[in-house]
Amino acid sequence: MFYNKKCPESRASTEKHFLQNVYNFCRLCRSFALLLYKGKLIFKYIPVPESIKPMFRICFRSLFAFFVVLLLSNVPAIAAPDGKALFMSNCASCHNPLKESTGPALQNIDKTFPSKEWGYKWIRNSAALIAAGDKTAVDIYNKYNKTAMTAFPSLSDEEIDAILAYVNEYKAPVTATADAGKSGGGQPATDSNGWLYTVITLSLLMLVIILWRANQGLKRAANDKDDVPNEKEIPLYRSKLVIAVTAILIFILSGYWLVNGAVNEGRQQNYQPLQPLYYSHKVHAGINQINCLYCHAGAEKSRQAMIPSSNVCMNCHKQIKEYTGAEEHPLKTAEGKTINGTEQIQLLYKYAGWDPVKKDYNRDAKGNILATPIQWVKIHNLPDHVYFNHAQHVKVGQVQCQQCHGNIEEMDEVYQFSPLSMGWCINCHRQTQVQFTSNNYYSIFTKYHEELKSGKRTGVTEAEVGGMECQKCHY
Amino acid sequence: MSQKQYWSDLQDLSNIATKSEVADNEFKEELPFDLSDSVFGANTPRRDFLKFLGFSTLAATIVSSCEMPVRKVIPYAIKPEDITPGVPNYYASTFVDGGDYCPIVIKTREGRPIKVEGNELSSVTKGGTSARVQASVLNLYDKARLRHPMADGKEVTFEAIDRMVKEGLAGKQGYLLTASVLSPSTKEVINQFIAKFPTVKHVVYDAISYSGMLQANEACYGKKTLPTYHFDKANTIVSLGADFLGTWLSPVEFSKGYASGRKISAKNIKLSKHYQVESIHTITGAAADERATCRPSEIGAVAVALYNAVANGTNPTLASANLNKLVTAAAADLKKGNGMVVCGSNDLSVQTVINAINDKIGANGVTVNWVTTSNYRQGIDKDMADLVAAMEAGQVGAIMMQGVNPAYDYLDGKKFAAALAKVPVTVTFAERMDETAQKCKYIIPDHNYLESWGDAEPKPNYFSLMQPGISPMFKTRPYQDSLMMWMDAGQTYGEYWKLYWTTRTGSQANFDKALQDGVIEPAGEMPNGAVAFAGDAGAAIAAIQAKKSAPGVELVVYEKVAIGYGGAWSNNPWLLEMPDPITRATWDNYLCVSPKRAKELDAELTGFTEIETHKRVAKITGANGYTVSLPIIVVPGMHNDVVAIAVGYGRDAKVGRAAASDATKGGKNAYPFTAFNGQTVDFFSAVSVAKTEEKYEVAVLQTHNSYEGRPVVHEYTLEEFKKDPQALQKERGEEIGHYAQLPWVEKGKEAPHHDGPMVATPEMEDGYREHGTLYPNHPYEGIKWGMSIDLNTCTGCGACVIGCMAENNISVVGKYHALRSHEMHWLRIDRYFSGNPDDGDTIQTIFQPMLCQHCDNAPCENVCPVSATNHSTEGLNQMAYNRCIGTKYCANNCPYKVRHFNWMDWNGADAFADNLYEDGRRDDLNDDLTRMVLNPDVTVRSRGVMEKCSFCVQRLQEGKLAAKKAGRPLIDGEVRTACQQSCPSDSISFGNVNDKESEIYKIRKSEQQERTFYVLEHIHTLPNINYLSKIRNTSEIIAGNEKKDIMYTDHI
Repeated sequence: MFYNKKCPESRASTEKHFLQNVYNFCRLCRSFALLLYKGKLIFKYIPVPESIKPMFRICFRSLFAFFVVLLLSNVPAIAAPDGKALFMSNCASCHNPLKESTGPALQNIDKTFPSKEWGYKWIRNSAALIAAGDKTAVDIYNKYNKTAMTAFPSLSDEEIDAILAYVNEYKAPVTATADAGKSGGGQPATDSNGWLYTVITLSLLMLVIILWRANQGLKRAANDKDDVPNEKEIPLYRSKLVIAVTAILIFILSGYWLVNGAVNEGRQQNYQPLQPLYYSHKVHAGINQINCLYCHAGAEKSRQAMIPSSNVCMNCHKQIKEYTGAEEHPLKTAEGKTINGTEQIQLLYKYAGWDPVKKDYNRDAKGNILATPIQWVKIHNLPDHVYFNHAQHVKVGQVQCQQCHGNIEEMDEVYQFSPLSMGWCINCHRQTQVQFTSNNYYSIFTKYHEELKSGKRTGVTEAEVGGMECQKCHY
Repeated sequence: MSQKQYWSDLQDLSNIATKSEVADNEFKEELPFDLSDSVFGANTPRRDFLKFLGFSTLAATIVSSCEMPVRKVIPYAIKPEDITPGVPNYYASTFVDGGDYCPIVIKTREGRPIKVEGNELSSVTKGGTSARVQASVLNLYDKARLRHPMADGKEVTFEAIDRMVKEGLAGKQGYLLTASVLSPSTKEVINQFIAKFPTVKHVVYDAISYSGMLQANEACYGKKTLPTYHFDKANTIVSLGADFLGTWLSPVEFSKGYASGRKISAKNIKLSKHYQVESIHTITGAAADERATCRPSEIGAVAVALYNAVANGTNPTLASANLNKLVTAAAADLKKGNGMVVCGSNDLSVQTVINAINDKIGANGVTVNWVTTSNYRQGIDKDMADLVAAMEAGQVGAIMMQGVNPAYDYLDGKKFAAALAKVPVTVTFAERMDETAQKCKYIIPDHNYLESWGDAEPKPNYFSLMQPGISPMFKTRPYQDSLMMWMDAGQTYGEYWKLYWTTRTGSQANFDKALQDGVIEPAGEMPNGAVAFAGDAGAAIAAIQAKKSAPGVELVVYEKVAIGYGGAWSNNPWLLEMPDPITRATWDNYLCVSPKRAKELDAELTGFTEIETHKRVAKITGANGYTVSLPIIVVPGMHNDVVAIAVGYGRDAKVGRAAASDATKGGKNAYPFTAFNGQTVDFFSAVSVAKTEEKYEVAVLQTHNSYEGRPVVHEYTLEEFKKDPQALQKERGEEIGHYAQLPWVEKGKEAPHHDGPMVATPEMEDGYREHGTLYPNHPYEGIKWGMSIDLNTCTGCGACVIGCMAENNISVVGKYHALRSHEMHWLRIDRYFSGNPDDGDTIQTIFQPMLCQHCDNAPCENVCPVSATNHSTEGLNQMAYNRCIGTKYCANNCPYKVRHFNWMDWNGADAFADNLYEDGRRDDLNDDLTRMVLNPDVTVRSRGVMEKCSFCVQRLQEGKLAAKKAGRPLIDGEVRTACQQSCPSDSISFGNVNDKESEIYKIRKSEQQERTFYVLEHIHTLPNINYLSKIRNTSEIIAGNEKKDIMYTDHI
C-alpha cells in the first residue's frame, strides 16, 4: 500500500515536495518494522543464548532444505524439448494459442494439417511449399494477406511436436481483472501482519505507561501515608529531560529528512508519465507473451535496449487492426479513464505511415515510407555521468528484465519500478554472483578458480571482479 | 642517478632565481582569496560570510525545487537495418586533402562520424595517422562550411547555378585549377570534361609545391613523378632540409618506415643512422642522430659537397666545420650501401644533384623506388605562373577551382586576386568562404571527404576507396558531379564511380570486398626497381654554384605539423591548440629565431624570456616589400642567420572564427615571403628583421609544468648501449636495488652481499614494489593494464595528442586560458633540449609523451578528501567526475603534472545555463553542429572537476564486454588506447601485464628489459607506464657532457 505507484500528481512532472519526504520516512519505518518482524534485528543485536543457537540453526536448515525440495520438484525430470520456451522464443510474436493474431490461433492447428509431415515442412519453410504450389499452403498464404510465415529450418520434429503439444494443452490464464486481488497475495498479508505487530507493540507500550503511572501514583499515595515527602511533580512538557530528548530527536529527524530529500533529488521512482500513444506492455508481453527481445532487440547487443521503431510494430499490426481483448482486459489509464485499444492502433498507423484501407504504406515520390517517429516520454533517466550497458547485464550477466524493470508484463502503463539510485546499483553488484564458471572470460582469475575448487568459496560476486569500482560506470 | 640534465626552455639555463620563482608560483594569476593569517583581521568580514551562506542556501533551495525536465526518447521511424543504437559502425575510407593521403576507418555512431583511425590493411601507411588526419573529423562539423550553392553572393539552386555556369563556359578559354588529384576516377572525369570542352585546360597547383622534385625527376628519369622512399630499408638516411617525419610529402608513411629502422633492443642492436641538415628546427631534426644547420640558400651547396664527397671523395669546404664533418661522415656511411638522400628544397638543380647522389650510392631500386612511384604531388609552379599571367592578360574566359585557395596561399595572393577579377566566369568548389571564394562569382560547395564517394591512387596500382560516413549535411555537391552535369554526362559521379570500380574489380563481390577493406593492393611486396639516371649533374652543380646568396638574415617559410599549408586546418581548434612539437606554442604563428639572434633583437634572456608570455614583436620586411609584425619565439637549434614563419595563419575572418586574424589574434600570412625563381617557388627569401617596442602574448605550454630538474628521460649513444646494455638498469639498481635486498626481507637470512653495481631486474622491481612502502601491496587479479612508450621511435608528431582529444571529448580552452596554464590535454609531448643554445648544431632534442602514469601507489589518490580518484583492481587510476569537488589537491600532488582542472565550463556541461565560457575563437565547438563530434561514451566534463587520462577506459570496457559476450578471455591487442592506435611509428604498446603472452609483458620482462625505465621511479609511485630509453646513433650525448652541455657546465 505504500508503493502507491499510481500517484497521479507525479504524472506531469516529478516535482519533489515535503510530503514525499514524509512518505519516504514512513517507508523507512515500515521496512524497519518489517525487519523487526522478520527477526533479523533480533538475531543481530539481541544476544541469543549460546544454548539455543543450534535450535535456530536447525530451523533455518530445515527451512532451506524445504525450499530446495520445493525448487527441485519444479524441475522437469527429463530434458525433453520445452514446448513453452520454444513457443515463446519462436512463435509468440506472431501467434497466440487461442486467438488469431498476425497468424492463426495455434490451438489444435495440427488437426487442420493435411498430414504431420506437411506440418513439419510448412513450419520449417512455408515459402517453399507455397512456391511448390501446394494448395493448402497457397490458401493459407492468401487468407493472411500474403504475409509469409518466417521459416524455422532449425526446429527438429521433436521440437515442433513439443510446441504443438504445448499450444494444444494451453489454457487461457485466469483473466487479469479477476486475478488482480490475488496476484499480490503475499505482499499485503505481510503488510497487515506488520500493522498487527505495530498495534500490539503500541498497546503494550500503552500498558507499560499506564502501569508505570499507576505504580507512581501508588508510590506517592504510599509516601503520603508514610509522611515521606514526595518529589515535586513537574509536568511532562517542562521536564528538561523530555525537552532535551525531543529537541535532539527533532534535530536528528529533520536532518535525516533533509539529507534523504537531497539524496533523492532527481530520482524518479514510480514515475509514470503519459505517453503519446497508449501502449500496454501487459497486453503485449503479458497476455500475448511476446518476448521482450523481439521489440527491444538492442538489449543483448548494445548499451541501449532500444525502443522499437514503428516498422517493428507494423510487423504484427499490419494484421492486427483492432483490440479485441477489451472484455477480458479493459484498457484503463492510471486515472481510470477507459482507453479504446483500436483507436490506439489507428494512431499507430498514423505514426507508421500505414494506410489500413489500401493496406500499404504511404510513400513519397522516392518510395520512402512517410513515417513519423513516436516521441515517447523517457521514463528511466540516468544522469549523464553514468554509463549503463544493457548487453552487459542481459547478455553477460543473464539478468532478467524484471529484476530492474519490475513486473513489466503486468503494467499497462510503464512506471519506473526501481529507484535507479547508485546505492541500488551497488547493492546488486555486491550480492550478485557473476557467471564465473560458465563464462570463459573469467578464466583469468586463477586465484578465485582455485578457491572455488578447494571449496573455499561458493561463487564470485560482481564486486569481487571489480564491479564496485568508479570507472565501471563513470567515465 | 646520472648527471644528465635536460632543459625545456632557455630559462632553465639562466636566471635560475626567476625560474624557481615562476615554478614555485603555481598559479599565474593572483588567487581570489584572502591569505592573511589572522582570522579576525581578515579582509572578508563576518557579514560577507553570512551573505555567502545565505546565498548558497537560497541557491540550493531554488535548485532543489526545480522540476525535473520531461525527456523524450525518440526511436527511428524506420530503423536502418545496419544501425543498432549504441553500437558503433566502422567504414573503411580514405582521407584525401589535395595530395595528402591516408587510408582510414571511420567510426560512426548512430550515423555520424566521431573518430577516424588508420586502416591497417593498407601497406602504404599500415594503420598510421597524423594529427591532421585525426582532426579531420572536426572539419566535417565546421560551422564555417558553406551550406548551399551561391551565385554573386546569393543562395541559388543547383539547377540555376548549373544553367548559369554552362552558359558561361560555352566556347571560352577555361581552366580547371585543382590541387594534386589522387583519384583515378576523378582524373577520368576531368579527361572526359576536357574532351567535351576542348578549350578547357587542367592546371594543378599545390600550395606547398614539390615542383622542383617533379621537374628534376622528369629530367633525370623521364618520370614527372615522385619515387617511393623505403625508410625501413635504409641504413643511412641523409635529409637535407626535408621534414619527412612532420610535413614532407607523406609523413605517416615515412614515420612507419623510419620507426622500423629505429626499433632497437639489446638482443638486436641495429639502428639506422640519420643525418639531418636543416635551417630551422623540425621534429625530423630532433630525431636525427647527427644534425647540423645551414642557411636555406646553402642547401644546394651542401648537396653539391655531399655529391662530391660521395662521387670523388672530395673534402667538403662548407660554411661551418660541423657541416663539413657531417657531410664527410654521411658520405662515408652512404657508400656502405642501403643509403638514401632526401631533400626538402624546391629547387630543380638541387633535386637533380640529390638524384645524382642517390644514383651514385645505388639507392635507386633499394631505398628509392622508381617502379612503384608516388602521386602525392603533381603541381608544376611554372604552369601556375603562366596561368596567372594569362589571367592578368585577360586571356582566361572561365576558371573553375577545386581544393585550392591561391588568393591566400599563392606567393602573391593579391596579384592572383586582381587577376581573378579579370576572368568573366569564376567558379569555385570551396567548402568555405575562403579568400579565393570571396572573389568568385559562383560557389558550388563540395562535400567534406567524410560525406563523399571517391578513391585514391597514391602509388600506381595501389588503390584506396573512399566511402561516406554520413549523408551530406548541407546542400553541397561533389565537384565531379558538377563537371559531369555541365558536360551532360547523364549520371552522377557516385553512379559513375560505382560502375568504374565494379568494372575495374571485375565483379560486384570483388567491389564489395574492396569497399569493405578500403584498399585494393597487389599481393606481395611492393614492386621495386631503378631507372637509369639520365640527369646532368654537372650542369646542376654549375647552376647551384652560380647562385650567389647575399649575406644577412634569411627567412624560411615552413609548415607546422598541425596546421600544414592552411586550408581548413587553419580553422580547426584542436589543431590550433595542439602545441607545436618544437616551440610548444599554440594559437599563433610567430617568428622563430635562434637564441643568439634573439639577443641581438633584445628578445632573449634579457627582457622577454620564454616564461614571460609577452614576447617582443619584430618587424619583418621581405625583398618584395611585404611586411609583417610577429612576436619572437626563441628556438634553440636554429641557424643564427635564419628566421622562420609558419604558413596557415593570418586568415580572413570568413574562413572561420578560429582562423580569423587581425592585429590582436590569428598570426600573419607568410606565403607572400615566398618567391618564384623563374622555374620554381623558393620557400625562403632574404628579409630584414627589426625589433619593435611592441609586445604580444604567445601561449607556450611547455614551461607550465616543471619537474624541478629531476631526471625524467634516459638517453645513450649506440656505442654506450652496445658496450653496456645494462647501463640504465644499473642506474635504476642504484635507486631501487637496496629495497629488494633489505636484510629483513627473509627472516633469519643475512643481507645478501653484492659486489659491483646492482642491476635492476624484474625481481628487484617486485622487491621495490613490496618494500618501498609501509602499506600493504595490492594484488591484481585478472587484468592489469600497462603501457610502454618507446622514446626511440617517438617523433613528437602529435597524432596521439589529437587522437586523444577526439576520443575523450577533451576541451579546447582557447588562447587566453592556455596562457594561464589551463590547457586540458590529457596527453602532452614534453620536449627537452640539451646542448649549447648559442650553437644550433650542438642541440639535441628529445620528446617524451607524458600522460597519467596510473601509479599503483598514486600520490593523487592519497590526498583526495572525497576519494573521487582512487585505484581499480585493474591498475587504473580512476577519476570519478561526479564525485570530484575540485580541491585540486590531486593535481598539486601529482609529480607528473598530468591532471587538468576544468576552470571554466568549456562545453556547456554545467547544470547552470549561462556558465559557458566564450572567447570568440573556440566558441564554434559548442555549436550544436560541432558537438556532433563528441564521443557519446565519454562524459563531457563540467566546470569545477579534475580530469586526466583514463587509459581510454571506455575502450577497455568495450573490449572486455566483447570478450565476455563471446565467453572468452581478452585477446592481447584487442583493446587499444586512442594514442596507441593513432601513432604512426608504433611507439606505444598497451595491454594486460598479467597475461604472460602479451606484448607489454614481453617488452618489460624480456625483450626490452634493458631499456625499460619508469619516470620518477625512486619516489615509489609505481607507475603503470614504462618508457624505453632513447638510443642515439651518434658519438656522444650532449646531455651531461661536461664541455658541451650548458646545463652541466654552467649550472651543476
